[in-house]
Amino acid sequence: MTGFLVRRFASVVFVLWAMTVVVFAIVHVLPGSVAHMILGEYATNEAIADLELRLGLNDPLYLQYWRWFTGLLQGDFGNSLTMDRPAAPLILEALGRSAILASISIVLVAIIGIGLGIHSATHVGSWSDRALTLMQYFFIAVPEFFWCILVIIFFAVWLGWLPATGYSPIAEAGLLGWAKHLILPVSTLVLGLIAHVSRLVRSSMLEAIESRYVLAARAKGLPERLVLRRHALPNALLPAITVLAVDVGILMGGIVVVESVFAFPGLGRMLIYAIENQDIPLMMGGMIVITAVYAIANLVADILYAVLNPRIRVSGSAG
Amino acid sequence: MRHIPRTLWVGGTIVTAICILAVLGPWIAPFDPDAFAVRSRLEPPSATHWFGTDEFGRDVFSRVLAGAHHSLLMGFGATLISLVIGVPLGLIAAFRRGWTEETIMRGVDLMISIPPVLLGLLILAVSDPGLFKTILAVGLVYVPIMTRVSRAVALDLLAEDFVEAARARGEGGYHILVREILPNAWPPLIVETALRITFAILLGSALSFLGLGPQPPDSEWGLMIAESRPFISEAPWIGLAPGLCLCLLLIAVNVVGEGLRDLLDPRLRGRGHG
Repeated sequence: MTGFLVRRFASVVFVLWAMTVVVFAIVHVLPGSVAHMILGEYATNEAIADLELRLGLNDPLYLQYWRWFTGLLQGDFGNSLTMDRPAAPLILEALGRSAILASISIVLVAIIGIGLGIHSATHVGSWSDRALTLMQYFFIAVPEFFWCILVIIFFAVWLGWLPATGYSPIAEAGLLGWAKHLILPVSTLVLGLIAHVSRLVRSSMLEAIESRYVLAARAKGLPERLVLRRHALPNALLPAITVLAVDVGILMGGIVVVESVFAFPGLGRMLIYAIENQDIPLMMGGMIVITAVYAIANLVADILYAVLNPRIRVSGSAG
Repeated sequence: MRHIPRTLWVGGTIVTAICILAVLGPWIAPFDPDAFAVRSRLEPPSATHWFGTDEFGRDVFSRVLAGAHHSLLMGFGATLISLVIGVPLGLIAAFRRGWTEETIMRGVDLMISIPPVLLGLLILAVSDPGLFKTILAVGLVYVPIMTRVSRAVALDLLAEDFVEAARARGEGGYHILVREILPNAWPPLIVETALRITFAILLGSALSFLGLGPQPPDSEWGLMIAESRPFISEAPWIGLAPGLCLCLLLIAVNVVGEGLRDLLDPRLRGRGHG
């Protein structure tokens, strides 16, 4: 177990370091001058030369990389070019708000997705199972940004129940005002993911129900509910952990889209802002932070899986 | 030939119909998709303008028709790119083993550890946006998944007797990969490709929606939905029309992908997404 933890942790560190190289390389090695990009196409040569000097863009690339990398390690992400402030606090603040969206969403996805999946699997062929299966087709395929538009039209424009955009902290708007701004973004984020998780739980639960150990448990004369809860469920839930980790990645993509539609001041919207305005330090920092969060989520999922796995003893016949 | 499920027929018909409409678009569109008509701004759907008009008086139906080929190109083009790069990498990794495999697979691990939308953003962030750059970016995002799948398939096949026989005949690596492995690897690869197209269309249109795809006045569906946002309360049809078409296309492509999977490779049931 310790060996596994050390190996897994080392690979996370490696991935993060490699990400700094990839992000740096894409920004600096691709054709096009960074100063030119920042100043736009009508910049004078002097202005470009001046900015290049100020940003240290004339130094050799390895030196620029080293400066940026050692800065990252010390929590210094450089200065935001458009806001002329250190990027790190900006990124952290935005990350905090995105974390609210993400954590509420992933908890909802886990509870509702697993719940619906178990329901479908234990009621195969019933009308509710068929309705859920049909809805999954639909929800998996509808793009998040279109959901955003639909819920805004329905709940904000027609019914006027909820605010279409923005965010207000609890301290200012109170719990209700805070929650009102979260309902639409969270619901658009979770719909597709719930469909995804419930579908996978349904199929792994079905597989467990048809397995020999469940047959054995039934043959022992255990009541059906106990068979499902003690024997089928733990085995069926193990794959759900992996799926939820994958979904954290999809969720992060979704957050970029959803935050920019709902004008929610989180990390995703900041990233789009940084790209639109060619705010390179902000963009690079945001990318690194998001990758780090995703890597940590995957690490947690792997550890959970390893911790739960030996106790449960997965059946030998895979697939 | 095995029984072809009804869903596959329905999905296939819808996808084919959309492809035909996309190709015929320029000839059957009732209006010029880019022609401004200031007098008929924001008109609701009617007999003349089936999907209404937008803020410049452009006919939304003609624009949706003109935009269809973008989504199709993104889906099929990007998937083709990921196939063309990913499959050879996967086959080579499986065949060569050793440090070649190690290098390729560590690269794959690295790319997979970046959430797809962000990888797309990263590739598109530093260059001027455009349709073909978006297609390329989406294609690159899905290269690692193709590499993984084709490596796994090839590893299974390499243990088969017919590969052993080819080796015993003294055939070279190229022959074994192209003539022995590839023809036998196609069913799972086609399934993966078909499922991938849905996500390529989703990702491509999301990137366009974020402004990193085709640029105005082009009529890509994701872009049209993004542009409709200021008029969401007075003229919801501007965004609803391309959005519903996109959903129809995505659901149909997904149904085809899953139908193919059930037909060709029932063991993969329950996988997907991502």
